Amino acid sequence: MNALLFKLLVQRIGLAVLSLLAVSVVVFAVTGILPGDAAQEQLGQEATPEALAALRAQMGLDMPAHQRYLHWLSGLVRGDLGTSSVTQLPVSELIASRLPNSLLLAAVTALFSVPIALTLGISAAVWRGSWFDRAASTGAVAVVSVPEFLVATLAVLVFAVQLRWLPALSYLSSIDSFGQLLRAFAMPVLTLTCVIVAQMMRMTRAAVIDQLEAPYIEMVQLKGASPLRTVLAHALPNAVGPIANAVALSLSYLLGGVIIVETIFNYPGIAKLMVDGVTQRDIPLVQACAMLFCAGYLTLVTAADLCGIVANPRLRHR
Amino acid sequence: MTTAIESDSFKRPARRQWRARLAHFGMTGWLALVVIAFWAAAAIFGPAMLSQRGDFGGGEVFAPMSGAHWFGTDYLGRDMLARVIEGARYTVGVAFVSTLLASGTGTLLALLAAASGRWIDSTLSRALDTLTAIPSKMFALLIVAGFGSSVPTLVMTAAIIYVPGSYRMARALAVNINALDYVTVARARGEGTGYVMLQEILPNIAGPMLADFGLRFVYVVLLLASMSFLGLGVQPPEADWGSLVRENIETLANGGAAVIAPSIAIASLTIAVNLVIDNLPGRAARERGAR
Repeated sequence: MNALLFKLLVQRIGLAVLSLLAVSVVVFAVTGILPGDAAQEQLGQEATPEALAALRAQMGLDMPAHQRYLHWLSGLVRGDLGTSSVTQLPVSELIASRLPNSLLLAAVTALFSVPIALTLGISAAVWRGSWFDRAASTGAVAVVSVPEFLVATLAVLVFAVQLRWLPALSYLSSIDSFGQLLRAFAMPVLTLTCVIVAQMMRMTRAAVIDQLEAPYIEMVQLKGASPLRTVLAHALPNAVGPIANAVALSLSYLLGGVIIVETIFNYPGIAKLMVDGVTQRDIPLVQACAMLFCAGYLTLVTAADLCGIVANPRLRHR
Repeated sequence: MTTAIESDSFKRPARRQWRARLAHFGMTGWLALVVIAFWAAAAIFGPAMLSQRGDFGGGEVFAPMSGAHWFGTDYLGRDMLARVIEGARYTVGVAFVSTLLASGTGTLLALLAAASGRWIDSTLSRALDTLTAIPSKMFALLIVAGFGSSVPTLVMTAAIIYVPGSYRMARALAVNINALDYVTVARARGEGTGYVMLQEILPNIAGPMLADFGLRFVYVVLLLASMSFLGLGVQPPEADWGSLVRENIETLANGGAAVIAPSIAIASLTIAVNLVIDNLPGRAARERGAR
């Protein structure tokens, strides 16, 4: 690790923290300040001025906007996420009960989709132009250009309705055995995997092709190296950075996909919690979930960036 | 010398360029164009031409496809064909207006950033980068949580979400054009920033920005359909294709036409737009050149 590399890494991480701070301003402004008086909305038009003032004081609305923001932010940093305005439970408790489910779903999806996507992407790049490449690429375009809920609907239609292999909904409460766990997870994971694999395969294919068309590969081929050796020993080590970048970026699509998938399969995760929060206008809950999602998203995007920097040989060997 | 040739090819008359492009269109490209034209026509003229408005229910619920109901009927016994065609107005129309706003604003800001000084450029770029740190669906959820859901809010939300993307694209193109000799000549002539932006740079980034417009249109359609599917987009009794899938999801277990028809409508539109963009001959050349 040299000084320049270290400086670049620190810079990226600092930038991510700054972005998260900017995101918190946007999140609070959009949900807490711009929509107007939450107390008025809760009590309706006929509320007495005294009741309004009391509720405002209770909700902290009598403070100026920037003070409210700072109050909220300091709570967030200390882990105090406020109280849900619908259930009156602490938001951190609600999130803590759901977060493990979502993380498990994400982990299982990543476990399946990364190997599949890398295999497909690298094979498609090596045999580019072949029927296999064309079939895989067309399939990926088709999956990327339809909404996630369509993929999910199609999966239900095929696996739950036609083949009757899997249940259409997941209920985590009724899990006693490994088999049941597998069945409950199957549909959400299958849908998410389809979406992520399509994204990741496209990016991996592009990254590997980029390397395979570089002049040094031609040199390797002229030296008489076998095609397998050309790809595994020469092209792949150079493509690791772009591929890691592609993997992290594709996994950040998980965050968008999970919102739809948890809702459609009734999976008790944090995205479902947030969508329910939005439906009931439970602002403290929505704010906390949004910050959590944005933090996860920024982490993945920054990780993608860092992979790109660390894997760049021009920066590593100086 | 090379710059003279380059700027000459940039300034080729737009009409000839388009005719050349259409001539290179593949079979799939034409088919995709027909699909897009069909849905555009459905959005504009559809509701006026329907003999059987979708508002009236009372028929058989979830009827299969038949001569009377081409796409069957929905969960209230309404004709599904009429519902899908009425939904086109929301899916195609709202997405088109949002994309127009996003692409227009993005392009204008990018022209401003490229043609004016460093300070405006970096301020704009930083501010818009902040927005890209929020995943698109998350931002849409936040807005709906704060403001509730209505068609104008949805249009504004989608427009705001996709401004940074088209800004980034347009800025990358505009900065390149801005460095060419004829722009320098125009500045030396004493032309103002506005003239340079609109007369010198804009015509030369219009082609790629149209392809970008198509791509962003697909994203907006997907976002709006997903929001409606969650019940947070277009509100009943109005329905876009996402809401139609949501409304009739219970017939999914029977493979009912009522849930398949709007699904196919969404897929056909988004895949068609993608195919048209892929068939633009300029795109392949650009991708080769970019590498």
